[in-house]
Amino acid sequence: MSRESKMDGRSRVEGSRLAGRRPSLGRRLAGFLGSWESLIFLLFLLVVSANSLISPIFLDPANLFDATLNFTEKAIIAMPMIFVIILGDIDISVASIIALCSLFIGMAAANGVSTPLLIAIGLGVGLLAGLFNGFLITKFDLPAIAVTLGTMSLYRGIPNAVLGDQAYTKFPADFGFLGQGYAIANIVPLELLVFLVIAVVAAVVLNFTIAGRYSYAIGNNKTAAKFSGVPVARVRMAAFAATGLCSGISAILLTSRIGSTNPNIAMGWELEVITMVVLGGVAITGGKGNVLGVIIAAFLLGFMRFGLAVVNVQGAIMNIITGALLVVAILLPKAIEAARHRPMREKSL
Amino acid sequence: MKRILKRRESTLLISLIVLVLLVSLRSPSFIGPKSLNAILNDTSALIIVALGQSLVILIGGIDLSVASTMAFTGMVTGLLNLHIPGIPAWTYLPIAAAIGACLGALSGSLVAFGRLPPLIATIATMSIYRGFVYVFSKGAWVTARDMSPAFLSIPSTQIFGLSSMVWIAILVAVAAGIFMRFASSGREVYAFGGNKVAANFAGVSERKVEMLVLTASGLLAGLAGVLWVSRYGMAQSETASGFEMQTVAACVLGGVNFVGGAGTVLGVVIGALFFGVVNNALTVIHISPFFQMVIQGIVIIFAIVSNTLIDRSNQMKLIARRKI
Repeated sequence: MSRESKMDGRSRVEGSRLAGRRPSLGRRLAGFLGSWESLIFLLFLLVVSANSLISPIFLDPANLFDATLNFTEKAIIAMPMIFVIILGDIDISVASIIALCSLFIGMAAANGVSTPLLIAIGLGVGLLAGLFNGFLITKFDLPAIAVTLGTMSLYRGIPNAVLGDQAYTKFPADFGFLGQGYAIANIVPLELLVFLVIAVVAAVVLNFTIAGRYSYAIGNNKTAAKFSGVPVARVRMAAFAATGLCSGISAILLTSRIGSTNPNIAMGWELEVITMVVLGGVAITGGKGNVLGVIIAAFLLGFMRFGLAVVNVQGAIMNIITGALLVVAILLPKAIEAARHRPMREKSL
Repeated sequence: MKRILKRRESTLLISLIVLVLLVSLRSPSFIGPKSLNAILNDTSALIIVALGQSLVILIGGIDLSVASTMAFTGMVTGLLNLHIPGIPAWTYLPIAAAIGACLGALSGSLVAFGRLPPLIATIATMSIYRGFVYVFSKGAWVTARDMSPAFLSIPSTQIFGLSSMVWIAILVAVAAGIFMRFASSGREVYAFGGNKVAANFAGVSERKVEMLVLTASGLLAGLAGVLWVSRYGMAQSETASGFEMQTVAACVLGGVNFVGGAGTVLGVVIGALFFGVVNNALTVIHISPFFQMVIQGIVIIFAIVSNTLIDRSNQMKLIARRKI
């Protein structure tokens, strides 16, 4: 992908406005559509209106809040994953980290450990798993996809070896509140609040801190960043550690919500999380993306699945639609961009 | 001699032989013809698909859609066999390969013309293809009872003491070896994987290489799909689920470099055999198959770290030897 095509549409429109001529309506519309967040926000509105047509109670606040429960656990991991992907790395071990954390939470709970300690165990195991990923990747400068492919097997292998085809189902009574409880007027799920807090932290770190600027710098050119004095290894390490930690949070919520743990828990989530992040406009090649787009993408995917489930669409067909959406959402802005700049389009290398 | 020993494939082959010998100390029948045959049969599909996967990894990409492609061609051929049992059994192989090639070409055109990174393109096609398996079968299974005896005998026909499935894997490996070493397209894949810009200036077409590797990967996965389904006598929407990661693991273990441009057919074959031996050895030495995943993870991590460290030390030696 050439750097030119990464430029967002809105900045071109603003550029021509600065040059003193008012862009035509068509161009402004194309510029608006070309901006990623507005495109997926339109898709999101489309899904919401379709859902409210299908089911009259969809827009009922209680239902709307409950509809978030099927994606907040994934969206929580998507937040640090934004950093990992902006850095030009990837982490495909997140679902396995959930399985690992869930194993230790379940094991401790079966031995009568109290809820606060269970939370600490979930966070600790997740953080350690993330640190181990980061250590292997930065210490030996290995490709992240290869390392996390290995740890993906390793982290899910441990619950497999320990549990086999068994499951832990005994948890303290107050543990269930974490994933099933509601806050604020007894209507907002606790999970949604946790997600929103993490999303705000992610947005602040990415936009207003040095670490956030460093992330973009590393993602655009790792070598240049290194020679400019950016602590590349430390930033990457932190991103993987945060991803591990958030996978731990997700594991706590998921285990609490379903009240059991087995080695196959959260199977395949890594790809759903990555889909969320990419659909949110984060370039898989690194260096580009923001938090808002991913938040919209999370709600878009979650509500779409919810609506499809209401009209009894099978999971397999949902997968076809999700896959097609991913392709279309990435190709469409490119096609618009190409159509607008056809006369002066340069052949990219 | 020294040069042969220095190559990664020889290190890998030696560790493979040591592993086999260690296991046979515990259970001597492990190196018997029957057991070795079983290992080869179990590993053939992995070898075939991993060879396709290695092409994609060579250009710095990854093909996550291979397992879905296997399920797709497996289901289509299974349904064909169910509804039109009269088709000669051998024709399923080219049919499956052709369907697989079409699916691969579709992923390939998303990469070559849509400029999607292979990872993203194949994440999308992975769920699309597997979704269609479900649509075709309406969620039902095609089991051995629905398949004709001729169909079920596709992978198990014995030729010179080896099953046809093993022969197909051998043929694919030999063809891949010749292609990668002697065909200009094969060299272009290495060139493109090593340095995209340089290859471009040398006249290598980016689109051609991307189409080529993903189509080839789809073709081989398609071929493996029909072998898988006829071997296990079962086509369902979860066929070969998660197999894509095993093929990537075999490539990593075989020394295919994720940054692109380095890796050999021989390495991939040995890498795949390594996993085949480990999986079969577990049952022989009475370790629960639930440990398979942990061991696979440790092997992958160990392989990546050691491969990279050996590579770097070799490079440093080369630099040290250079006169300035």
